[in-house]
Amino acid sequence: MFDWRWEFVGDILPRLLKATGNTLLAALLGYGIAVVLGLILALAQRTHYPLLNRTVREFVEFIRSTPLVLQIFFVFYVGPQFGIMLSPWTAGMIAIGLHYASYLSEVYRAGIDSVPMGQWEAATSLSLSAARTYSRIIIPQAIPTAFAGMGNYLVGIFKDTPMLSVIGVAELMHTANAIGSEHYRFLEPYTLVGLIFLAISLPTAGALRKAEGKIRENMGLR
Amino acid sequence: MTFIEFLKTYGPQLANGSVTTVMQTLLAAGLAILIALIAGLMRLSHSRLIYGAATVYIEVFRGTSLLVQLYWIFFVLPLFGLSLEKFTAGFIAVGMNLGAYGAELVRGGILSVPKGQWEAATALSMSPAKMMRRIIFPQAFLNMLPPWGNLLIELLKGTALVALISVADLMFVARKINGVTYLSAQAFGTALIIYYLMSRGLITPFMRWLEGVMTRKLGKA
Repeated sequence: MFDWRWEFVGDILPRLLKATGNTLLAALLGYGIAVVLGLILALAQRTHYPLLNRTVREFVEFIRSTPLVLQIFFVFYVGPQFGIMLSPWTAGMIAIGLHYASYLSEVYRAGIDSVPMGQWEAATSLSLSAARTYSRIIIPQAIPTAFAGMGNYLVGIFKDTPMLSVIGVAELMHTANAIGSEHYRFLEPYTLVGLIFLAISLPTAGALRKAEGKIRENMGLR
Repeated sequence: MTFIEFLKTYGPQLANGSVTTVMQTLLAAGLAILIALIAGLMRLSHSRLIYGAATVYIEVFRGTSLLVQLYWIFFVLPLFGLSLEKFTAGFIAVGMNLGAYGAELVRGGILSVPKGQWEAATALSMSPAKMMRRIIFPQAFLNMLPPWGNLLIELLKGTALVALISVADLMFVARKINGVTYLSAQAFGTALIIYYLMSRGLITPFMRWLEGVMTRKLGKA
């Protein structure tokens, strides 16, 4: 019943580790997009144009309420219908980046809301410009609150990268599927993928928790 | 083909897929709630063994991807003599995954009940079971309802992955229509809208209603 073959593990491990590089690359690239785009989505909801606010708000709600895997398919297949060919990597990064940008925009919003009103008033009384108010006063103080959520979503995006395999991005899951169908053995590849995910996500989550404590300490919040 | 024609032709298929998605969601939600209650209470145990077992379960299911778990349950478990039908494997994987997240909500919810409530129940010499059932849990339940609303939306979204083991849910049907017609915007777009309506039109209002009912029952309104 229990038919675990170590020599098979030895054979496929290098390939899986190489794919792990792609998984990490996808997670970091996607997260990079999400961090920047999320800030734009969050700030767009704070402008004085009701139409823009509402549209962005609804857009974020829509992205957050629908499955990422379906969004990945949508981005990948809808482009060609209108003559825009996207590579799996491009489509995947757009979809996952946009998905997590919506999540992060909520994290930023909560962070910005946590900055006391007096800070805004002080910035106004010093007649700082809006850009300066945000970049020097508000965002630095929003970061400690936002950090925990940002960390959760960093681990989250990493765990969601296997969905990119559905459009053929050669990350871990895709490679495990390929190995499985080449050798008709799924036990080792899928188990190893699970273990690799655990080996990366658990220490990362632990380190992020520690870093969060440090940041709070440095800001004098604890 | 106009969008109306598209809906006329493929609407019934999409409706069938939606029914499967709803069924997957309900079954997975039932399982997730059950697991969350058990694992959440185990996390409050003073026994290291019970606490440890729940922690391992939660860390494993939260530390890996739902897709990995789904494939593992569907493709690897049969090697251990446990073959599950794809429909069953689908909602079990989603339920077990979201149950691990829910366990932390249950634990947090119970810990959020003020200490005085525990002391008052003890002073009335209630048995631990009765105290849990009559005093602690109803208040914990109300506290954890808002995060559970988000979790149930995550769960609905998670069920889209069962299409990848060929369960004929909404996602699966959308892919099939796309494969036949190449009308990607219509096929995937309609499915996206249906998922959105399920989240914001069914789950969110239901959770709000439940919150209202519980608030009134506990005399907090």
